[in-house]
Amino acid sequence: MFDEKEIKKIKNHKEKWENSSYKKLIKKHPERKEKFENLSWNEIKNLYTPDDIKHLDYLKDLGFPGEFPFLRGIHATKYRGRLWTMRQFAGFGSAEETNQRYKYLLEHGETGLSVAFDYPTLYGHDTDHPLARGEFGKCGVAVSSLKDMEILFSEIPIDKVTTSMTINGPAAVVWAFYIANADNRNIPKNVIGGTIQNDILKEYIAQKSWIFPPEPSMRLIVDTFEYGSKYVPRWNTISISGYHIREAGSTAVQELAFTLGDGLEYVRWAKKRGLKIDDFAPRLSFFFNAHNDFFEEIAKYRAARRIWAREMKKMGAKKDRSLLMRFHTQTAGCSLTAQQPEINIVRVTIQALAAVLGGTQSLHTNSMDEALALPSEKAVRIALRTQQIIAEESGVTNTVDPLGGSYYIEWLTDKMEEETYDYWDKVERLGGVIPAIEKGFYQREIAEASYKYQREIDEKKRIFVGVNEYELDEPIDIPILKMDEKGEERQIKRLKKLRKNRNNQKVERTIKNLRKAAEKDENMMPYILDCVHSYATLGETCQVLRDVFGEYVEPAIY
Amino acid sequence: MDRKIRVLVAKPGLDGHDRGAKVVARALRDAGMEVIYTGLHQTAEMIVEASIQEDVDVVGLSLLSGAHMTLFIDVAKLLKKKGMSDVLIVGGGIIPEEDIPKLKKAGIDGVFGPGTPCDEIIDFIKNNVKR
Amino acid sequence: MKDLAENVLKGDPRSIARLITLSENNDNISIKAMKKIHPHTGKAHVIGITGVMGSGKSTLICELTQLFRKQGKSVGIIAIDPTSPFSGGALLGDRIRMQRLAMDDEVFIRSMGTRGMLGGLTSAVYDVVEILDASGKDVVIVETVGVGQAEVDIIKIADTTLVVVVPGLGDSIQTLKAGVMEIADIYVVNKADRKGVNQTVAEVESLVDISCSEKDRKTPVISTIAKDSKGIDNLLDLIEDHQKYLHKTDLFEKQRLLRYEAELVEIIRKKLMNFIFDEKQFKDKVEDLINKISKKQIDPHSAADEILKKIIK
Repeated sequence: MFDEKEIKKIKNHKEKWENSSYKKLIKKHPERKEKFENLSWNEIKNLYTPDDIKHLDYLKDLGFPGEFPFLRGIHATKYRGRLWTMRQFAGFGSAEETNQRYKYLLEHGETGLSVAFDYPTLYGHDTDHPLARGEFGKCGVAVSSLKDMEILFSEIPIDKVTTSMTINGPAAVVWAFYIANADNRNIPKNVIGGTIQNDILKEYIAQKSWIFPPEPSMRLIVDTFEYGSKYVPRWNTISISGYHIREAGSTAVQELAFTLGDGLEYVRWAKKRGLKIDDFAPRLSFFFNAHNDFFEEIAKYRAARRIWAREMKKMGAKKDRSLLMRFHTQTAGCSLTAQQPEINIVRVTIQALAAVLGGTQSLHTNSMDEALALPSEKAVRIALRTQQIIAEESGVTNTVDPLGGSYYIEWLTDKMEEETYDYWDKVERLGGVIPAIEKGFYQREIAEASYKYQREIDEKKRIFVGVNEYELDEPIDIPILKMDEKGEERQIKRLKKLRKNRNNQKVERTIKNLRKAAEKDENMMPYILDCVHSYATLGETCQVLRDVFGEYVEPAIY
Repeated sequence: MDRKIRVLVAKPGLDGHDRGAKVVARALRDAGMEVIYTGLHQTAEMIVEASIQEDVDVVGLSLLSGAHMTLFIDVAKLLKKKGMSDVLIVGGGIIPEEDIPKLKKAGIDGVFGPGTPCDEIIDFIKNNVKR
Repeated sequence: MKDLAENVLKGDPRSIARLITLSENNDNISIKAMKKIHPHTGKAHVIGITGVMGSGKSTLICELTQLFRKQGKSVGIIAIDPTSPFSGGALLGDRIRMQRLAMDDEVFIRSMGTRGMLGGLTSAVYDVVEILDASGKDVVIVETVGVGQAEVDIIKIADTTLVVVVPGLGDSIQTLKAGVMEIADIYVVNKADRKGVNQTVAEVESLVDISCSEKDRKTPVISTIAKDSKGIDNLLDLIEDHQKYLHKTDLFEKQRLLRYEAELVEIIRKKLMNFIFDEKQFKDKVEDLINKISKKQIDPHSAADEILKKIIK
C-alpha cells in the first residue's frame, strides 16, 4: 500500500525516534505499565506506522464497501443509506407484560423487536413442567403455546417490523409459533421478517441451553434453512453467535474464531444435505459482543467480514449476497457492574460506538441495571437514547468505515485474522468442530481465559472501575423492575384452559405425524407447524423430539 | 489432623451460566479446598444428596436466572430437614440487594453478588466454616 | 462413636460420609469406629479402575453401576482426583460425570483428593473401602487418578483391576508398558468408535500375550463405547468371570492378604510420619537434622537412624 522506499525511511525514522526522544522521556517518566495488553492478551505497541501495514494491498485486502472482500462494509452507503436497526432484547413475565414493553420500546424509537424467553421456554418446557419451578418469567417471557405468541404480538405490526428471537434448542418450534401467528393474522409468510438464533453449536460451547445431541440438532437447523429459503425468504434462520462465547469468558480472538468456525460448520452440514449454498447463505446472520477494548472490537468486526467473505468464496458461493457477514451486536453484559450502576451507561456508550464504527447492522445496548435485574423502563429508555445520540449527534455515520486506513486498526484487523486461522488449525487437528466440542476444547479455552481474567482483576493487574478501584460504599438507588406476581398463576391457568378447550384429537394426530417424520428423514418444519396450529404446547412438541433424539449430556470441563 | 475444607459448588435449576461457578471453583481449589462441582441442572434433592455423601462443609449455589428465592431456599430447607444444619451455605449470581435479608433468614449464610473478589469468598468460608 | 459405627453398619449415608471424613482427616475418633466395623467387611467385590485422563473411566463406571443396579446390587464408588501439590486443594470432577446415578439410594459416590499420596490413590482409601463394604455395598468401585505410570497401587486394594486405554491417545500404550501393563485383570479399550481402535486392540493383545505367557489366565481385552452404553454387558460378564476365577483358585485369599498387608503398611507409615513430623520434640529434632544434612554435617541415612533410634526407645 505504500512505496517501499518511503517505508524504509519511516522505519529508520521510527528507530531513531524510539532511541532518542521516546527513550529520553520514558527514562524520566516510565510508562504506566510494563506491557500494554488488550483483552486477547495481545501486546499493543506504543505507536503504529505505515510500516506495520506495508504488506497490505488496498484493492485486494481493503477494497470498497459493498465489494469483495467487504472489509470496509457490506453496503456501499452503510449508515448514509440506512441506520442500523435499534433492537433492544426484551422479555419478562407473561406475554401480556412483555407486549406492553414492546409497545413502549417501539413508541420510543426502537426499529426492530427482540424476544427474550424464560428458562423453561429456552429448554422446551411448558410453564407447569416440574423443572420450571421458580423460573417462570424471571429472565425472559414465558411462551408455552401459540396462544402466548398471539398475546405477545397483539397489536404489533409484524408485517412492518422485524423480530429477532433468542431461542436455540426449541427454535424450530418457537419459529413455528411466530409463523402460525402471522398465518392466523393473514400476513403471508413471504412478508414476515426476522431472525431465530437457532445456533446450537455455541450452546454446547457456551450458553448451555441445548436440548438434543449435536447430530439431530444440526438436522433440525438445516430443516429450518431449507424451509426458510423456500417459504419464508425474509427470515434469517440462524444467528451464528459469538456474544455468549464472549460472555462465558473467551477472548475477542476466540470469539471471532469460534463463531466463524461454527458458521462454516453449518454451511458444511447444509451442503451435505444437498442445499445449494447460494440458496441459504444470504440468510445466515451473525451476532457479536461489543466489549471494552474499543479498537479491538472494531478490528474484530472488520476481520470477521473479510474472513467470512473469503471463506464463503472457498465454499463455492457465487453470489455476492452469500458472502456478506451481516451481524447484530449486543454490548457486553459481563462488563457491567452492580456497583455504581449509573456508570454502566458510560461503558455501554463506548461499546455501542465500537459496534457502530465496526459496521453493525443491528444493535442492542444494555441497560444500566444489567447486573441487578431485568431492565426497568427508565434504564432501557436511556439505553435506547444512547443509540439515538450516536446515530444523530456524533457524526460518526457521515462516512463509511471511518477508521479504515488507521495503522493500528488495519494492523490489529490483520492480526486477529491470523490468530483466527491458528485456532482453526487446532480444531482441524482435533477432528473438526463437533469432535472438538466433545473433547471439550472450546470449553477448556473459555474456562482458562475466564480464570486468567478474574485473577488479573483480583490482583488489580486490570482495573475494573467501581469494583477493584474507585469503589463507593453506597446503597443502590435506581428503580428495579418489578414483575407481576400473579403472572405464573395466570399462565398456568391459561395452559390448563388451552389443553381442555382445543381439539385434542387433532393435537394427537399432528404429534404422531411429527414423530413419524422425526424418525424418518423428512424435513420436520411442516409437521411442527401443524402441531403448533393445532395448539400443541411447546412442551408437548419438544417431548416428541426428546423421545426420538434423546437429550444431550455435556462433557465435564472446568 | 489433615483437615481440608470441602465445598460443593452447584448450579440449581435451568440456568446455564456457569462462568462464575467454574471460576470460583478454581479459586477455592487454589486456596487449598477440595471442591466438588456438580454441573448444571441440579434439583434441590440432587444437591442435598451430594452434600450428604461428600460430607461437605460448604454448599455454594450459583444462579443468574432470577429464580434464587425459590431454588436457594429450597436447598436451605432441605439441608435443614436432612439434619445438615452445620453446613455453611453461600450463594452468588444476580441477586438484588433487597432479596438478601430474606435469603439470610432462610439460612443462606453469605451472598456474593457480581464483582465480588474471589478472596472475599475464600475468607468468608475460612472464617465461618461451622465444623 | 458407637452410634457412628452402628449407623454405618445400618447403611445410613450421613454416617458413612462422616466416618469417611474422619478417617480422611486422620481424626483419632475414627479409629474406634473402624475397629467396630472391620469384622463386617470382606463381602464386597472391590473393582479398581485405572487409565489415563480422558479414557472415559467415569462414564464407564456410570454405565457399569447401572448394570449392577439392574442386578439388584448396591454400589459404592470412590472417585479419586489429584490434589494440587502447590495449593493443597483439589477439583474433584468425577461426580459430575455420573449424573445418571443421582437420586439412587443404593449408590453412594464419594470424591476424594490424593492429598499428597503418590500411586494414584489416597492413603485413606483402605478405610473408605472398608466403610463402604461394611455399610452393605455389594460392589465397591475405586477410580484412580489417571496418571499412567504410577498407577500400580490399585492392585493392592482391588479384587479385580481394570486398565482403560483409548485409541489415538498416542502414547497410551507406551505409558502403560512399564509395570502397569501387568496389573490388569481386564483391559478395556474404550471410545472404540475412534480411529485406530483395531490397532490399539492388537497392541494390547500382543502385550498381553507376552506378559501372560507364563500364567494360566490370559487377561481378556474388550472394546467398549461407554458413552453409547456399548460393550458394557460384556464387560460385566468378564468382571463376574474374574470374580469366579478368584474364588475358584486361592487367588482371592491371596489378593485379600495383599490388601491387608498394604493397608497395615500404610497405617504404620502414616502413624510414624505423624509422630515424627507432628510431635513437638521430634519436629524440632527433624528440622535440625534436615539443616545438618544440607550443611553436609550428616548424611540422610545416619539422620534417619537417629530418628528411628529415638522412636524405638
